[in-house]
Amino acid sequence: MSNTIKTMAIATAVTAAIAGHATTATAQEKVKCFGVSLAGQNDCKAGAGTTCAGTSTVDYQGNAWTLVDKGTCTTMELPEMANGTPRMGSLEELDRDLPQS
Amino acid sequence: MSRQSEFRRAILDPARPVPPDLLDGRNGSAGWRFSVYRNNVTLSLTEALEQTFPVIRKLIGPQAFATVAGAYLRAHPPTSPVLSRYGAEFPDYLARFKPLAQLGYLPDTARLERALVDSYHAADATPVDPAIFARTAPEDLPRLHLRLAPAARLLCSPWPIHGIWRFNTEEGAPQPPHHAQDVLVTRPEYDPLPRLLPPGGAAFLAAIAADAPLGTAMDRATETSPDFDLSTLLGLLLQDNAIADATLDMAP
Repeated sequence: MSNTIKTMAIATAVTAAIAGHATTATAQEKVKCFGVSLAGQNDCKAGAGTTCAGTSTVDYQGNAWTLVDKGTCTTMELPEMANGTPRMGSLEELDRDLPQS
Repeated sequence: MSRQSEFRRAILDPARPVPPDLLDGRNGSAGWRFSVYRNNVTLSLTEALEQTFPVIRKLIGPQAFATVAGAYLRAHPPTSPVLSRYGAEFPDYLARFKPLAQLGYLPDTARLERALVDSYHAADATPVDPAIFARTAPEDLPRLHLRLAPAARLLCSPWPIHGIWRFNTEEGAPQPPHHAQDVLVTRPEYDPLPRLLPPGGAAFLAAIAADAPLGTAMDRATETSPDFDLSTLLGLLLQDNAIADATLDMAP
């Protein structure tokens, strides 16, 4: 391939890739959301000796997380707590709904 | 033989006797207590391999897997206290394991499973800002060096490893095709993904990984596959946060 044709081919491909990226990128972004997963359904695929997936023991456990679409973590609807206060997901660990020790 | 190395041999091999003068809490011979410990070591290491290589276990069955895991843990006891690193030599061991020699695709499938766990634990990297490509003058693009994210892992195989992996992990996935497949493991967010590479993609990425500039990597790709599609591959790399940096080679 001649250098001029190669340069053009790369430039065209790069332009197309960036254009495609701009439209798809933001839609799929996920964040860790704490305090929203049901017991035993939290995420994590760390492998042997470290497995933490499915280890939450309480519904909406505050220090267990699951991956959700960006922007939905703190707005998703969750049942309110026993004392009537509303329950919300959080991007950081929470100290509510922890298993009793 | 020192007491420690005798203990180490006996803990991995049930055919060896319990080390003599090993005592239980009441100054009696350790006896069965040692056997319990020995059993737990074998079992936990076998389970560790099962968790890292679930597709291999599915392909050969739990019984055969336990057999090869038992042979492996005697040949390659852990060298790191981090259990998730255990099994680094397992793919090579499978390649040499005579009873499974007719399943030629096992070692590369195991390499893919190993790469997925390694990718999970690889260092974080801020993905490159795609604007750098727009800012670079078109005539300079061939001299651009890309740095892949630490979580990216390239696997080249004469076997359809991507299809085999999908068929054994995804419900309703199609039968693996009858041709070679190359895979790039990426980690877009927190979980690694095996991405099927288009023809020429592996040659391109191998050159990039060896710090060749974009133009040279493009040459390597088109040499192996004349209709190599850079745009699709670059789109995938950006989408999966697989490029950590892009810098211009200042030499003309």
